[in-house]
Amino acid sequence: MKQKLVLIGNGMAGVRVLEELLKLDPERYDITVFGAEPYPNYNRIMLSPVLAGEKTIDDIILNDRAWYEENGITLHTGDPVVSIDRSHRKVVTESGQETEYDRLLLATGSNPFIIPVPGHDKEGVIGFRDIADVEAMLEASKQYKKAVVVGGGLLGLEAANGLMKNGMDVTVVHLMDILMERQLDHPAAEMLKQSLEERGMRFLMESQTSEILGDDRVQGLKFADGSQVEADLVVMAVGIRPNIELAEAAGLHCERGIVVNDTMQTYDPRVYAVGECVQHRGICYGLVAPLFEQAKVAANHLAEMGIARYEGSVTSTKLKVTGIDLFSAGEFNEQEGDETLVLQDPGAGVYKKLVVRDNRIKGAVMYGDTLDGTWYFQLLRDGTDISAMRSTILFGQHDLGDAGHGDEHRVAALGDDAEICGCNGVCKGEIVDAIVKKGLFTLEDVRAHTKASSSCGSCTGLVESILASTVGEGYDAAPSKKPLCGCTEHSHDEVIAGIKEQGLKSMDAVRSFFEWKNPDGCAACRPALNYYLLANWPGEYHDDPQSRFINERAHGNIQKDGTYSVVPRMFGGLCTPDQLRAIADVADKYQVPEMKVTGGQRIDLFGIKKEDLPPMWKDLSSAGFVSGHAYGKALRTVKTCAGKNWCRFGTQDSTGLGVKLEELTWGSWMPHKFKLAVSGCPRNCAEATIKDFGVVCVDSGYELHIGGNGGIKVRVTDLMCKVESEGEVLEYCGAFVQKYREEAHYLERTAPWVERVGFDYVKQAIVDDTQQRKALYDRFKYSQQFAQVDPWKAAAEGKDQHEFQPIEITAA
Amino acid sequence: MSNWIEIAALDDIPRLGSRVVKTDTMNVAVFRTRDDQVFALKDECPHKQGPLSQGIVSGTTVTCPLHNWKIDLDSGCATGPDEGCTNVYPVKVEGGKIYLGLKTDEAAA
Ligand code: SRM
Ligand SMILES: Cc1cc2nc3c(=O)[nH]c(=O)nc-3n(C[C@H](O)[C@H](O)[C@H](O)COP(=O)(O)OP(=O)(O)OC[C@H]3O[C@@H](n4cnc5c(N)ncnc54)[C@H](O)[C@@H]3O)c2cc1C
Ligand code: SF4
Ligand code: FES
Repeated sequence: MKQKLVLIGNGMAGVRVLEELLKLDPERYDITVFGAEPYPNYNRIMLSPVLAGEKTIDDIILNDRAWYEENGITLHTGDPVVSIDRSHRKVVTESGQETEYDRLLLATGSNPFIIPVPGHDKEGVIGFRDIADVEAMLEASKQYKKAVVVGGGLLGLEAANGLMKNGMDVTVVHLMDILMERQLDHPAAEMLKQSLEERGMRFLMESQTSEILGDDRVQGLKFADGSQVEADLVVMAVGIRPNIELAEAAGLHCERGIVVNDTMQTYDPRVYAVGECVQHRGICYGLVAPLFEQAKVAANHLAEMGIARYEGSVTSTKLKVTGIDLFSAGEFNEQEGDETLVLQDPGAGVYKKLVVRDNRIKGAVMYGDTLDGTWYFQLLRDGTDISAMRSTILFGQHDLGDAGHGDEHRVAALGDDAEICGCNGVCKGEIVDAIVKKGLFTLEDVRAHTKASSSCGSCTGLVESILASTVGEGYDAAPSKKPLCGCTEHSHDEVIAGIKEQGLKSMDAVRSFFEWKNPDGCAACRPALNYYLLANWPGEYHDDPQSRFINERAHGNIQKDGTYSVVPRMFGGLCTPDQLRAIADVADKYQVPEMKVTGGQRIDLFGIKKEDLPPMWKDLSSAGFVSGHAYGKALRTVKTCAGKNWCRFGTQDSTGLGVKLEELTWGSWMPHKFKLAVSGCPRNCAEATIKDFGVVCVDSGYELHIGGNGGIKVRVTDLMCKVESEGEVLEYCGAFVQKYREEAHYLERTAPWVERVGFDYVKQAIVDDTQQRKALYDRFKYSQQFAQVDPWKAAAEGKDQHEFQPIEITAA
Repeated sequence: MSNWIEIAALDDIPRLGSRVVKTDTMNVAVFRTRDDQVFALKDECPHKQGPLSQGIVSGTTVTCPLHNWKIDLDSGCATGPDEGCTNVYPVKVEGGKIYLGLKTDEAAA
């Protein structure tokens, strides 16, 4: 028989646990949900746009009743649970229903705090928490004129804005002299106040409410200094209190919230709790992003996978008032010893402040232009060293990213038909639609549903901004730790370290040591693990073709029609008439539909049928060619220029050096593709300064450049050092390649890798630490013994025949 | 009418791999899972006709090599938010041999 799971609280956190649980193990439980409200699960954070008339209740339902039915979940709405009997393991509702549980999940959220001044219980005094409150406000706005909102925080300002949109005169009463003091510093708060005033909102700052005036219905407010203001509606938005009544009565340990551990269990191990009602490591959260992280962990344990831990969250905030851009995260008020980077342009209404400690962002406040908020937040959470980008960081990420999208950074201003994802042809409207209708919160969700940014990824920043502006800070920029893929909770770094330290030498060993969820892994982790094992155990680990993407399994690029392309290696771009004739002969013999000179200085033959590949390779290999690995996460090309032999400016033999470098590095498997170039002088005709490793020859020697990329995000190399001989170039290059091979994440090119670990770190290892350089170079040469086997020749000689030979059948 | 055609030995397909079976009219992708279950699908992704036979197999799904749709081998349908199905053909393994069940008109032109 299935175990019984009961959820109390049909809100955002609780139902998210169920969603996560259904993904992991849909069959484990008979699930019953009790909700006090008469609705299925809805998106509470969207109540503000509903109040402002920008959305309807129907728009914000996350899971309709059919969803519960389809997933076999029993839903009781409008019937709150009034007691929990832990000894008999059952819950009792207001209407008297009793339901037993094996596991219980508490997600009762919180209640708005109503200041207990005299008169607080008069008609027309309400909080802002649920659909009923919004309906009461909309109702009041039809009959009455004057509204007072007590509380100038996030919620209060959203309520005030909504009421104003419904035609009311709104005054916001605030205790402090700074609006949203928990999210804003003084200058940002002033800018916000000013622009709200321009829209007609009034403020009574530093005012303490002492009494609510009126007969049955509210008529006004009185303050501690004796002054008064008229009001027909009072919305209290001064804070929330975790809803712990039920848990306390059941004898569960509570402080401010229900106390839970890192696995989201209360003091009774059968009882889990998530959401605003809980207190974790002393903190109660009031935003959805951390609650969703909690939900993931609770689901993991309810599914008895037992590996996830919740370790707390850093949160960020955006205000959902259309037309006002505001972002805040972390410790935005500097402490002694902190540095602040500030950009202030009162004319344009822009203010940005970053609080920096030890070269790392600790907090951010932004007003007017918040597009880079998610980026700063990511840097903050990742603890990225920003010393290299300090001078431009306040100008935003478009200095670094989203290349090719021109000035389309102001996402909010874009029309619905603006194309966001150029690869998949997805427009802004479709993305917004999917986010709203399907209740999406993460980049992953948006990718899965719309395909936007799921291909080349260059529009990731734009999609993130759309997500952020559509769902407010409910959007979770990035989980605090990025798992390698959906099969595991562990990160790339943890897996790489585990493979080394635990001596894991097969994919099964890795998956079992790290408790992978899927025994076979998936299309994302299999190629990664195969690479990590290959890179760590050269000569010992046997490559697994079934874990390679088809291009690497078939040693050619798969084309849109299922044919393949063939690119023979032409070392350093050099060629002879005989070689060209051999390629021409092959092209004739196999009726190659198209040939092209590639951007990598060699020749591509397109449209080859898979079964023709081995014989074609055989012909090419007898003419002396090896595979060009144009399909691989591997050494691609070494571009060269004319150099000293011919060019009137050439300082060294760039062509010859390019050939030597290619001979050293070809065949090597890498985390991602790897490109080299050698230019004969600083005119740099081989474009060495946008390569993973580039050499620029000068009269006195060779400049070595690293970490360049000419692709999606153009990155110019960093100059690593200058050396004097070709021998040194080879050694430094081999050592750099090996460092990258051993430490980068799979599918991370050298450009993002160098940015992540820091240029200084790499330079130190390769240039300053001679011993390390030599050891890396030795390890590289050792692993090349096993890697420099031409896969084309091997296949032409019969290896993996099954890969290329179809089985033909005809009617009997 | 449908008949069973012997196509290959089980060991002719690598575990977590596949082979293409060409009939006169179409290509069928035959997959073998880690635990030696065998499935056969039309070798055309419901998205843009990508050759599913060239994808990575894990569990009882295959990931299309062109745009990463994940297709369930048993039902032939895309999983997750993607929608669409490709044809499923009967297969069986007997005495280490794989038999594919095709209707006569599917096997011949
Ligand atoms: C054939 C070629 C275009 C050409 O005809 O010139 C080419 C073709 C492809 N490139 Fe490229 N790239 C080619 C030179 C380049 C260059 C120029 C260069 O190397 O000097 C670049 C920019 C330089 C760089 O990489 O920094 C380039 C940046 C990319 C990128 C973006 C990489 C990035 O890190 O941003 C991708 C996507 C990826 O790798 O994920 C890509 C991916 C591709 C793929 C493999 C797309 C795919 O996954 O199927 C294309 C295969 C086409 C096909 O059907 O065969 N191609 N690609 C060039 C082959 C060079 C060679 O001889 O091997
Ligand atoms: C107007 C508004 C705007 C907001 N905007 C944002 C925003 O922009 N970004 C953001 O991150 N967060 C925002 N929040 C906060 C966010 O909505 C909450 O953090 C989140 O909803 C909390 O989820 P929860 O599941 O813990 O509680 P809830 O979503 O409140 O769910 C708790 C549910 O439990 C029910 N319940 C309580 N007791 C019982 C009982 N005894 N029996 C049965 N059911 C019970 C309640 O009725 C409620 O439906 C906003 C909140 C409001 C009110
Ligand atoms: S060859 Fe490169 S640039 Fe051209 S379409 Fe393919 S991936 Fe894009
Ligand atoms: S053709 Fe299969 S995913 Fe696009």
